[in-house]
Amino acid sequence: MSEHTVTAFDDDLKFITRKVVEMGGHAESMIARAIAALVKGDKALAEAIVAEDLVLDSLQYELDERIIVILAKRQPVATDLREIIGAMRMGNDLERIGDMGKNIARRTKEIDDIVHPRKVVRGLEHLTNLTLEQLKEVLDAYVNKDVQKANEVCDRDDEIDQIYTSLFRELLTYMMEDPRNITFCTHLLFCAKNIERIGDHATNIAETVIYMVTGKSAISTHGTRAE
Amino acid sequence: MNEMTETATEAAVNAAASNRSVKMRGDKVGVFYGEKQALFDVDLDIYEHEVTALIGPSGCGKSTFLRCLNRMNDTIDGCRVTGKLTLDSENIYDPKIDVVELRARVGMVFQKPNPFPKSIFENIAYGPRIHGLVKSKGDLDEVVAISLQKAGLFEEVKDRLNEPGTGLSGGQQQRLCIARAIAVSPEVILMDEPCSALDPIATAKVEELIDELRENYTIVIVTHSMQQAARVSQRTAMFHLGNLVEVDATDVIFTNPSDPKTQDYITGRYG
Repeated sequence: MSEHTVTAFDDDLKFITRKVVEMGGHAESMIARAIAALVKGDKALAEAIVAEDLVLDSLQYELDERIIVILAKRQPVATDLREIIGAMRMGNDLERIGDMGKNIARRTKEIDDIVHPRKVVRGLEHLTNLTLEQLKEVLDAYVNKDVQKANEVCDRDDEIDQIYTSLFRELLTYMMEDPRNITFCTHLLFCAKNIERIGDHATNIAETVIYMVTGKSAISTHGTRAE
Repeated sequence: MNEMTETATEAAVNAAASNRSVKMRGDKVGVFYGEKQALFDVDLDIYEHEVTALIGPSGCGKSTFLRCLNRMNDTIDGCRVTGKLTLDSENIYDPKIDVVELRARVGMVFQKPNPFPKSIFENIAYGPRIHGLVKSKGDLDEVVAISLQKAGLFEEVKDRLNEPGTGLSGGQQQRLCIARAIAVSPEVILMDEPCSALDPIATAKVEELIDELRENYTIVIVTHSMQQAARVSQRTAMFHLGNLVEVDATDVIFTNPSDPKTQDYITGRYG
């Protein structure tokens, strides 16, 4: 896309892209470390992550403020408008992802040092890795305006849902085997649910990217928005 | 996979358009000023009871096309129009057509308000009188009042109908010109940048008026203000270098235009 005659408008658009990417990077790192803290039982790290959510919130605030000013001053249309509305939506999704990271970190602080069933923790790590990969891919798709890649992210969400479901069953089994597992497994179940939600947010972002680039709304057949 | 679906607005506009009939149709319209060709094979339908906005950079041919619609180009030396232009399926360039009558059916409002140097009353009364549309003084009074009412000006000027039209404010003068156009009961009203000489408040009043007039008339407006095209029209046609680049529902043009030239122009990336 060529540049605007008014170059300050291009600066505005670059600013919001940069903010979204910055939020994305921050959200990714929060989730990765929240799960690491959970696995290792690192309460100090968990504490730090809870505090970090404020950083993400203030990034979203900066993004929204700039968008409001752009809308008021420039009355964007067509691709510009879609890009700006898209950034606003993505800001929301990324902020929610940060909240999920904060929830997981809070839980880590609650969990007593019980012996973790190793296998379940590995399952959760696997789920997290896949979800983080989705997040990374969708942010790449955003930066490169890559519809193909965004579509692939939407398609892969099923996989995350399936892993979540099997993790759910596994956790139930552990709870039935030994009631002493219930507390820990319930915490883990909520964490898994949080991760699964992050997958949904990644899909939302993918759909936003598709809208931004094509101007058509992508109704995902996965129905993740409805969930 | 993701399904691409037609948005609600697109569907609504398409459905609405299919119910409306074509009031004027341009079929391969070309315009030459001497040797120089200013318009190339323009196919454009103007729908009844819609506002069609013509946009594009200076010199793109949008005003040239507008002026073809009531044969204003006839007054320019060396100007030649090719192709076919119809009003209710009737070729307006047919030699049998009475141009004066055509211009009564297809009225025009210009960029700069240009009231006659006469009273407010006479400004409106002139058209109906020369076209023989009124029989008595009573009829004429009524036409003047109704025209001023339709143009949203009556309340502001009813006590000074005998004062000169040129004494009104710019916005009032423009609405006076619209009232003058309405007075001869046109079917189509052409507007060539009707708000470019007006302040934002007067502009808003004229835009509100355009929206109301749509119910009874068909309107074609040339505007340099993208926001104005977006606000007042239902259909937007984009011109560039004498060609019609794209025409679509205004909601589509301003959110998801098909042609990169439209995209660049409306987002301020042109040239």
